[in-house]
Amino acid sequence: MPSTPYLIAVLSIVFTITLALRAVPFAVLGRLRDSAVVRRLAVWMPVGILAILAVTALHGTITKDSHGTWYALLAVAATVVVHLAFRRRTILSVGAGTTLYVVLLNSL
Amino acid sequence: MQAGLPWWLAPALSLSAFAGSLELLLVGMMASVTPLAAVALTVLVVNFRHVFYAFNFPLHLVKQPAAKVYAVYAMIDEAYAVNASLPEHERSAPRLLAMQIACETYWVGGGLLGVALGAALPAPVKGLEFALCALFTVLTLDAFCSRKELPSLLLAGASVTIALFLTPAVAMFTVLLLFVGLLLARHFATARKAADA
Repeated sequence: MPSTPYLIAVLSIVFTITLALRAVPFAVLGRLRDSAVVRRLAVWMPVGILAILAVTALHGTITKDSHGTWYALLAVAATVVVHLAFRRRTILSVGAGTTLYVVLLNSL
Repeated sequence: MQAGLPWWLAPALSLSAFAGSLELLLVGMMASVTPLAAVALTVLVVNFRHVFYAFNFPLHLVKQPAAKVYAVYAMIDEAYAVNASLPEHERSAPRLLAMQIACETYWVGGGLLGVALGAALPAPVKGLEFALCALFTVLTLDAFCSRKELPSLLLAGASVTIALFLTPAVAMFTVLLLFVGLLLARHFATARKAADA
């Protein structure tokens, strides 16, 4: 298990950087607002970052149980279908996808 | 706690980071005792999106200084998303703060509940970590539905594929740097086209 000082160091780093990232823009808002690069990145980034997180999470799941690769892909597809079919209810879609994966992985 | 970390870490992490996706990444990084510099860079890159929230977050409504500090600290994705969709006349400082406090209570409480449930279960449920993947998939879908940014999605896909193949050990790192680099390249390409036209 990692040592407590290490964990506390991580926590303080996380706290400082996260708060700074949220606070600094308010201080320099005027200058940033005029930058075309910043405005474009603001529009372009969120979808991509979320997609990257989804793929790395999927990759992690597959690496952990490689025989479940097809179940994982199937469960992702099910999550998407449920999400689009039932008007984007996050808890329902995530629950359905996860249940399908857990059941497939443990019973087959 | 399936990752072998002490119980108090869940609420402590929820309070210090207060950003879901990052916390989940950090659990893995801490369990494998990742160097602090790597942790710092990951936090910086993953949470960088918050820099852009300042553009349409109604902070000017909150006058009291302590409340202002709290509002900035608690400016999470959800707080931003809900506020961005509220019409101007329905926004107010008490409403904003109440919403942020509710989010935080729910979040920290949920973390503690998770620890308790995890301890109560006889054995870890195999495959439960898929919930994380499903959640990100759903969030991507929502983000894409509100803003049809196909090029970004493709660039992100390319970045993640390259990073996973070339540098599997530090994939998160490589992928975010690659993605930002590609977006900058796209920006300059668009700017040049606009200048030519």
